[in-house]
Amino acid sequence: MNYLDLVQILDSTIRLSTPLLFACLAGLFSERSGVFDIGLEGKILISAFFSAAVAALTGSVWLGLGAGIAASVVFALIHGLASITFRGDQLISGVAINFLAAGMTVLIAQDWFAQGGRTPQLSGSARFSSIDLPFADALRDVPLLGPLYAEALSGHTILVYAGLLAVPLTWYVLFRTRFGLRLRAVGENPGAVDTAGVSVVRLRYAAVLICGVLCGMAGSYLATGLAASFTQNMSAGRGFIALAALIFAKWRPWYALGACLLFGLLQAISNRYSSIDLVVIEIPNAFVLALPYILTVVILAGFVGKATPPRAGGEPYVKER
Amino acid sequence: MTAPAIELKGISKAFGPVQANKDIAIRVMPGTIHGIIGENGAGKSTLMSILYGFYKADKGEIFIRGQKTEIPDSQAAIAAGIGMVFQHFKLVQNFTVLENIVLGAEEGAFLKTSLGKARKLLKELSEEYELHVDPDAKIEDLGVGMQQRVEILKALYRRADILILDEPTGVLTPAEADHLFRILEGLKREGKTIILITHKLREIMETTDTVSVMRRGEMTATVKTSETSPQELAELMVGREVLLRVEKKPATPGDVVLEVENLKVVDGSGVERLRGISLKVRAGEILGICGVAGNGQSELLEVLGGMRVGTGKVTVNGQQIDLTGTKSDARTRRKRGIAHVPEDRQTEGLIMDFFAWENVGFGYHDDPRYQNGLMMDNNALREDAEAKIKKFDVRPANCWLTAKNFSGGNQQKLVIARELERNPDLLLVGQPTRGVDIGAIEFIHEQIVALRDAGKAVLLVSVELDEILSLSDRIAVIFDGRIMGERLPSETDERELGLMMAGITDTDKDHSVKDIEANLAKAGGGSR
Ligand SMILES: Nc1ncnc2c1ncn2[C@@H]1O[C@H](COP(=O)(O)OP(=O)(O)OP(=O)(O)O)[C@@H](O)[C@H]1O
Ligand SMILES: [Mg+2]
Repeated sequence: MNYLDLVQILDSTIRLSTPLLFACLAGLFSERSGVFDIGLEGKILISAFFSAAVAALTGSVWLGLGAGIAASVVFALIHGLASITFRGDQLISGVAINFLAAGMTVLIAQDWFAQGGRTPQLSGSARFSSIDLPFADALRDVPLLGPLYAEALSGHTILVYAGLLAVPLTWYVLFRTRFGLRLRAVGENPGAVDTAGVSVVRLRYAAVLICGVLCGMAGSYLATGLAASFTQNMSAGRGFIALAALIFAKWRPWYALGACLLFGLLQAISNRYSSIDLVVIEIPNAFVLALPYILTVVILAGFVGKATPPRAGGEPYVKER
Repeated sequence: MTAPAIELKGISKAFGPVQANKDIAIRVMPGTIHGIIGENGAGKSTLMSILYGFYKADKGEIFIRGQKTEIPDSQAAIAAGIGMVFQHFKLVQNFTVLENIVLGAEEGAFLKTSLGKARKLLKELSEEYELHVDPDAKIEDLGVGMQQRVEILKALYRRADILILDEPTGVLTPAEADHLFRILEGLKREGKTIILITHKLREIMETTDTVSVMRRGEMTATVKTSETSPQELAELMVGREVLLRVEKKPATPGDVVLEVENLKVVDGSGVERLRGISLKVRAGEILGICGVAGNGQSELLEVLGGMRVGTGKVTVNGQQIDLTGTKSDARTRRKRGIAHVPEDRQTEGLIMDFFAWENVGFGYHDDPRYQNGLMMDNNALREDAEAKIKKFDVRPANCWLTAKNFSGGNQQKLVIARELERNPDLLLVGQPTRGVDIGAIEFIHEQIVALRDAGKAVLLVSVELDEILSLSDRIAVIFDGRIMGERLPSETDERELGLMMAGITDTDKDHSVKDIEANLAKAGGGSR
């Protein structure tokens, strides 16, 4: 493996981390407000489908992005309605959303495009084109750092950079603004927020909405940036890996970036090498492909250390027994 | 004549089938301290929560300073100048003091400016009212007394001039309680109006100007404090004559039942909670353990009750008890004649969603009497439970209600009924009357004394000094995981015990509240 291989792995790490990162931050907003969301997966999927479908129909990736976000937000609001307004079980509502998305996308895709549950291949303005960062060409020949900048960091679509920017933005909103203070408080003790004269319901809906928008971006990137069409169940567990990353990150934005990059790296490695030759033993391909998922289990099983979730997480706010 | 600061008219509130408030009317004059008393479940907290916009009344009107005011949520209450310190604090545990205080009252969308301003204002308020607290401390690291200060500061920060305190002294040491009442006096002098809910008649007599009595959701009387007596108030509350003092014969201690030697406990985060406790309890004797919450008394009960492991040597009736091995469970302890009334009835004493008869039957259910081949004989269990519920005067005497539908005092009676009816050799009992009204207290105390008179050993843990002083035959003070010393109730008083609870040994000297606090903070006592 030479240096360029490494740069290329980093390049695909960034691309593969992006949907995880969006979904992870989406989960962060929702769970910090006390609404647990295992429906990230379903929202990514529904958004992937509608972005690809609308982009294919209109030829505009931006309209596709808008449609993807809108679809994801609708699903987020269903979750909000079930868990905030009707105080239902957040787990059940999330599972329902995942099933709904899995079934609905294939059904509608078949009805609209008749291509076996996929959308047509996207090309041209129906996909996000890559952006070259300033001086990427000029710096390409600088030893070591040049290729890293020009190949790995530069040349991604706008959503990748939006994802990276979302990390400091999330941190700022969460820890430096009034909204963030209240959001964190409502996930810890909604009673405190309520008696301080702030509406618990409105705060939680705001968080769920943000979660919907971010999941929408994750799905949209998946279908129009990473791939060039929607295919059945293309989210492939990313929503769940994002949840694992969220726990690994202890519900903090910068840690979330690290966790998502780690999971992205594992995926990049398993995509690139069909098997890994460690001189003594050869690790078979199936194992390499399973690595990200195995790591998820291992991390969740014990490597996280003590991660305290938001204390009021998963509990609807009920005043009268 | 000036308008009342608060006037409530015809307030009613039902929670499902429970009518918590029925057509309540009350007037509170500005610049006074108004007490509200009543049995458990009388509806005191509910009424105040309605005034603070936490619950919405089904019916009724609220007038603030003569103006009819709608209070649909707490924001409206805050705007009307009302502040409330709830029975269970409403603080965000992992936020700092400052963050808790600004929450909901921020100035502008960015925290930097609001936190900066709040810090200044908080400093002024702390000095003005002698409510010193570190603005950057996390709530979870503060003791309950400090947390209460934060709650009061929260209200003052929002410029409340009507302050509601719901059972504020239930968790305080005597020194802290005195300090609180001095602050309340100061607020009153400033013209602020204070509503004080408490079960302690002494506090009512010493601090309030007027008292209202609630019974079963209704306001039954409002009297001037100067024109009433504790005895009269107790009768108004309970509807019969109440014994305010425990009547008991002198103890006649027999053989040692419980002997504890060098008992140590380390908790999950590696902190040593008990640092070598030794004590003895004899048959026919009540040993009272007092201390500020969080100094190891809970752990002591839990180890002895089989809910936690520890090291050291414990014998009951001369037989050594397994503290760490497979025989260290609660069930084995029970078979050895140990009964345990845990400190927290709701999380450890009862299963809140189970029926009363099931709860009273727990721990007995494997008794041969209740077996019917492979099946359990539920009828037999329930009939026995029904008898106990009657004997212990649990109200309502309906064994088909789930535990959560009983008021605090009656939940406690369910636990006491279960444990005392086992006729144990040793009774471990924690906070038997926490948040319980005087009628129920009288009854529970009688039962504990009766057990002692029947020649059983009782280990009593309580934060209530009154209770410790009146029930115990001997008193041990616990501080920071160690026994500070033992006293006889006849040879000590609240002041001395209060100082010992703060870890102060030279109890004959004068000590300021500040000293006491510093000492408590040093030991981390009172936290959690
Ligand atoms: N949130 C709630 N949901 C359902 N029932 C409730 C709720 N809060 C109180 N109740 C019921 O309403 C009645 C009045 O309760 P409340 O808490 O007002 O009594 P209280 O006088 O404050 O008693 P205590 O002295 O034990 O604090 C009780 O029967 C209680 O079980
Ligand atoms: Mg109450």
